[in-house]
Amino acid sequence: MSTLALSHAPGQSRRMPQLLIGLAFVLTAIFVVAPLAFIFWRAFAGGWAVYLANITDPLVLHAIWLTTLVAVIVVPVNVAFGIAAAWAIARFRFPGRKLLMVLIEIPFSISPIIAGICYLLLYGRQGLLGPWLAAHDLKIMFALPGILLVTMFVTAPFVAREVLPLMQAQGSEQEQAAVTLGARGWQVFSRVTLPNIRWALLYGAVLCTARAVGEFGGVSVVSGSIRGQTNTLPLQIELMFNDLNTTGAFAAASTLTVIALVVLVIKAVLESRR
Amino acid sequence: MSIVIEHMTKSFDGTSVLRGIDLTIESGELVALLGPSGSGKTTLLKIIAGLDWPDAGGLRVHGADWLHLAAQDRRIGFVFQHYALFPHMTVRDNIAFGLTVRPRAERPGKAVIAAKVNQLLEFLQIGHLGDRYPTQLSGGQRQRVALGRALAIEPTVLLLDEPFGALDAAVRRDLRAWLREVHDETGSTTIFVTHDQEEAFELADRVVVMGEGRIEQIGNADQIHDHPASPFVARFMGATIELPVMLNAGRTEAQGLDASRLQRRALPDGPGTLFLRPADVTPLADPSGRWQIVRRTSNGALLRLELTDGAQHFGIDLPRRAPEAQGLSPGARVNLRPEAGTIFPGPRTSQPTAATTEFPRKEKSL
Repeated sequence: MSTLALSHAPGQSRRMPQLLIGLAFVLTAIFVVAPLAFIFWRAFAGGWAVYLANITDPLVLHAIWLTTLVAVIVVPVNVAFGIAAAWAIARFRFPGRKLLMVLIEIPFSISPIIAGICYLLLYGRQGLLGPWLAAHDLKIMFALPGILLVTMFVTAPFVAREVLPLMQAQGSEQEQAAVTLGARGWQVFSRVTLPNIRWALLYGAVLCTARAVGEFGGVSVVSGSIRGQTNTLPLQIELMFNDLNTTGAFAAASTLTVIALVVLVIKAVLESRR
Repeated sequence: MSIVIEHMTKSFDGTSVLRGIDLTIESGELVALLGPSGSGKTTLLKIIAGLDWPDAGGLRVHGADWLHLAAQDRRIGFVFQHYALFPHMTVRDNIAFGLTVRPRAERPGKAVIAAKVNQLLEFLQIGHLGDRYPTQLSGGQRQRVALGRALAIEPTVLLLDEPFGALDAAVRRDLRAWLREVHDETGSTTIFVTHDQEEAFELADRVVVMGEGRIEQIGNADQIHDHPASPFVARFMGATIELPVMLNAGRTEAQGLDASRLQRRALPDGPGTLFLRPADVTPLADPSGRWQIVRRTSNGALLRLELTDGAQHFGIDLPRRAPEAQGLSPGARVNLRPEAGTIFPGPRTSQPTAATTEFPRKEKSL
């Protein structure tokens, strides 16, 4: 009996990992690879010429430009905020520290569309600050500032959430050592703190970029979807889809996908040089 | 660089960590701050380093007020228990760090820094490790690098926080002797924190015993061992037996106690407490003796006898081959003759468990 059990058990444990690995591959193929492949297949369904025409449509080009602009502004702001928040929480004990930790998480738990509506109620024409903004000729809703604000709100936790656990785990001894060796605040940050968190920071920035580029719900509320003015790429894709321009929608979607893939490749390349 | 600390107090969230520290350390001295955890020794060290600030008190180094000087400007070398090396830099870059962060005007040239680093690597006996990263080093090697990094800025004061605490016993003994050499050679004023008596006494010129935020005693091994200044120090130095006695014209008296070997002390008549180390007591077999042997264990060289008089229970140690050890088996009765001990006036006070229980546990790991 015992020999039977012994010879059986290892065989089972050999098959189990293979099964799990196979399952992982199949599920990834179904949920990730297939939709991606489908996007490109549909985008090129009408051939290269149609694809190019769709992509170079002025409205699409404007949407690509706007989306890129949003990412270029939001990500650095977010990185700065994330580092500052993580630094403050990891290194200092101050009243409201726990509250700050909870506040940073809020965008994760709130649906982006609610964030959009909140901004609308605050800054919109009928909103709380609407009359004041109108009197000073400041336009936030249905314009770039609104899109930026909502995108920042939605992506706020990404960098802080990646960096904070690492900073907490590392403690502040290295920084103290640097201080005793004569390093000034900025030197401590750039030569000790930053190198230690750089991979977490990079990862957070990548996630933040992907989200900033792809954000739909919140932005759709505050942008007003004005074609050629406040339409980001995700909004433009929806618009084209609703206009029954399926090939155009998929072509635009393919560019969004390419942006996301490029970001991931950059991250992978940087990580391999670690 | 002489260091003068005056009336220093510090508390964290209402808990007093330093309760009035006065201490003067002479230039070139090697001083140990010895005490159980929670005694405030690390806090004191961090205040000297400029990594923490006192609530009140003074800190003057060579006459200069250091409390108004940022840590960066104090030029101290600080060595952490867990090394705190920069993991993304090579050993060479770690050691050079303090020189490369200097303002451009004061910064030595690249060649000068490289030469200085090489010289330190040789001095620290890690010349072959210069291009490695900290993760590729053993604990002892890492601590050498950490010390090299601290020494590179030619510190006026060298501060070490439990520098050997994370190392195993053999490496620890090795580095201890080596640190003494480094100190003698560099001539810096050195303060190190430890909870290990052996380490403190072996390495330091003077040992400062701290307990609960106060300095309990300052002295060398013999002084502190033979004349503990307070019950705290007596307990910390291993006096685990506390016998209630009566003082009468300087003589110590208690039933079953032969106090002939104890010196007369100029203490007021009345109750007192005799602090004894388990090895400083000789048992005298006596059928009508006060204590009964409950247990007898041996580690080969030493016998340990557990004694009780019904009220108090304690253990004494004696060499297994000592003539007095013959016939001392469980059930036998003995009286005791202390060979050395310390008496403090007043009845026995409750024993702070933290000081006595924690210490032997850490000693075992040696």
